[in-house]
Amino acid sequence: MVQTVIDTANHIAAYAAKAARVQVVAAYPITPQTSIVERIAEMVESGEMKAEYIRVESEHSAMAACIGAAAGGVRTFTATSSHGLALMHEALHWASGSRLPIIMPVVNRALGPGWNIWADLTDSLSQRDTGWIQFYCADNQEVFDTIIQAYKLCENERVLLPAMICSEAFILSHTYMPVEIPDQERIDEFLPSYKPKWFLDVNNPFSHGNIVPPEWYMEFRYMIHEAMENAKQLIPEIDKEYGKYFGFEHGGLVEKYRCEDADLILLTMGTLGSEAKTAVDNLRKEGLKIGTARVRVFRPFPKEEIRKLAENTQMFTIINRAISFGMEGFLTEETKAALYNQKDRPLIAGFIAGLGGRDVSFKTIEKIAKKSAEWMQKGEVEKEIVWVDLKE
Amino acid sequence: MLKEIRIHGRGGQGAVTAAQLLAHAAFLEGKCVQAFPYFGAERRGAPVKAFTRISDEPIRIHSQIINPDYIVVLSPELMQIVNLTEGLKKEGLALINTTKKPEEVNLNGWRVATVDATGIALELGLLVAGFPVVNTSILGAFAKATNEVKLESVLKAIKTTWSGSAGEKNAKAAELAYERLIKGW
Repeated sequence: MVQTVIDTANHIAAYAAKAARVQVVAAYPITPQTSIVERIAEMVESGEMKAEYIRVESEHSAMAACIGAAAGGVRTFTATSSHGLALMHEALHWASGSRLPIIMPVVNRALGPGWNIWADLTDSLSQRDTGWIQFYCADNQEVFDTIIQAYKLCENERVLLPAMICSEAFILSHTYMPVEIPDQERIDEFLPSYKPKWFLDVNNPFSHGNIVPPEWYMEFRYMIHEAMENAKQLIPEIDKEYGKYFGFEHGGLVEKYRCEDADLILLTMGTLGSEAKTAVDNLRKEGLKIGTARVRVFRPFPKEEIRKLAENTQMFTIINRAISFGMEGFLTEETKAALYNQKDRPLIAGFIAGLGGRDVSFKTIEKIAKKSAEWMQKGEVEKEIVWVDLKE
Repeated sequence: MLKEIRIHGRGGQGAVTAAQLLAHAAFLEGKCVQAFPYFGAERRGAPVKAFTRISDEPIRIHSQIINPDYIVVLSPELMQIVNLTEGLKKEGLALINTTKKPEEVNLNGWRVATVDATGIALELGLLVAGFPVVNTSILGAFAKATNEVKLESVLKAIKTTWSGSAGEKNAKAAELAYERLIKGW
């Protein structure tokens, strides 16, 4: 029976781990950890969830334990946030390089100093090149659905990569909203138990992750890149299949809203994509032909979809809740790179907003859109990076 | 129609739980709901805020509530240190836990309703760690003051959250608050 649960995105992520029949959870339980693993610990303790819960002494060790468990051939899960993710950095490469389908929700929190526990995507975006697939969610339902979808994707032998399921601190992590949790039997049907292609077996010992000389290293890197390309193809298919099973689809790689005839498209990630829909509706009433596209998957980057969107529009306005110091917002950077070889590129304006949890309301987004529309009229982007509501 | 509620309390008084229970109650009536704390690190005794959105349409916005339709105040003395009515819509309403009558609370023109939720908690022995529990009972008063949710839904949300005697006692408090609410209009 479908069950509707009202809870925070953190607890919902824990319920998704349970629904995915995760077998091993390894986590460091202290700040910056989240209530995701706290809830899992409670469920394992009460016997409600049958998994091995390994408490470790750091996030680096958490990832090391996950790598061991996943290499042992079991479905593996952890969760982290901000500095915890940063501490994992080295092990993240090991997980993807070993081609292990570990799923890890990341609650996007700002990095210090200044000490700040609020929403900011820089923590996970700065792990862009670790070989992890990255999803960004816009509501609690999507957090649940994406965790289930991600296991199906990552365990596919054409992919075999780990994935981060990102959600913004407080804005989702501590926000209580209804989520439909499908019937367990149907979830089991959609996501059968994990059958690893290989696993470390004491009865059949072999070595894995050994030295790879220059003659072969590139080939292994190429295969990871190819797996990312395969993921790009599979993500929309799995999202659609999930929709058929359970009634929820989240746009595949890029969720588009009123983009068909739009002159101006707001490109966003995370909850800004949801907030932007309200801004778009309001501005449409004022006669502006505007739409919004939420980049749901940042790695692999949906270049082709971005190019397609660019074909019929005059301008992209990109709103980043993150900054790559010395350049610009990550999404602005990637979008520009994806379009460089295209003919008739749209104008591109990059905005930085909401860092460290500063509130970005639909009204803020409307203000950004209006400034962009002015530049679109003039045919020129007057300022390369705009820091929204900056105290100067 | 979107309705936005801001709940003011002190850390430990359960403002966040109140926001969640209110969302839960409205959800039981088929509404789309959202509840969240003021995005901060809560500390016992410090002024805190929590928010609820109730809507007929799916809720897409996640930004903070700037212009609430209703404010709910768990601790009356907060009025001296926090601008409680900040952004409250002109036609909005303030529900305050106080022994005072609405006309004794001066809010410059906003509609005021009062209820002695602390008194109800003391009367029923509804205490946690020695503190009177007001976050559940005030929702009974909210149902009567605003008609945004039914008392039965509030009681059901409370009993779903706490089973047994805790649920019964909190529900009883909500019923009493519903009965004893004083409207100032």
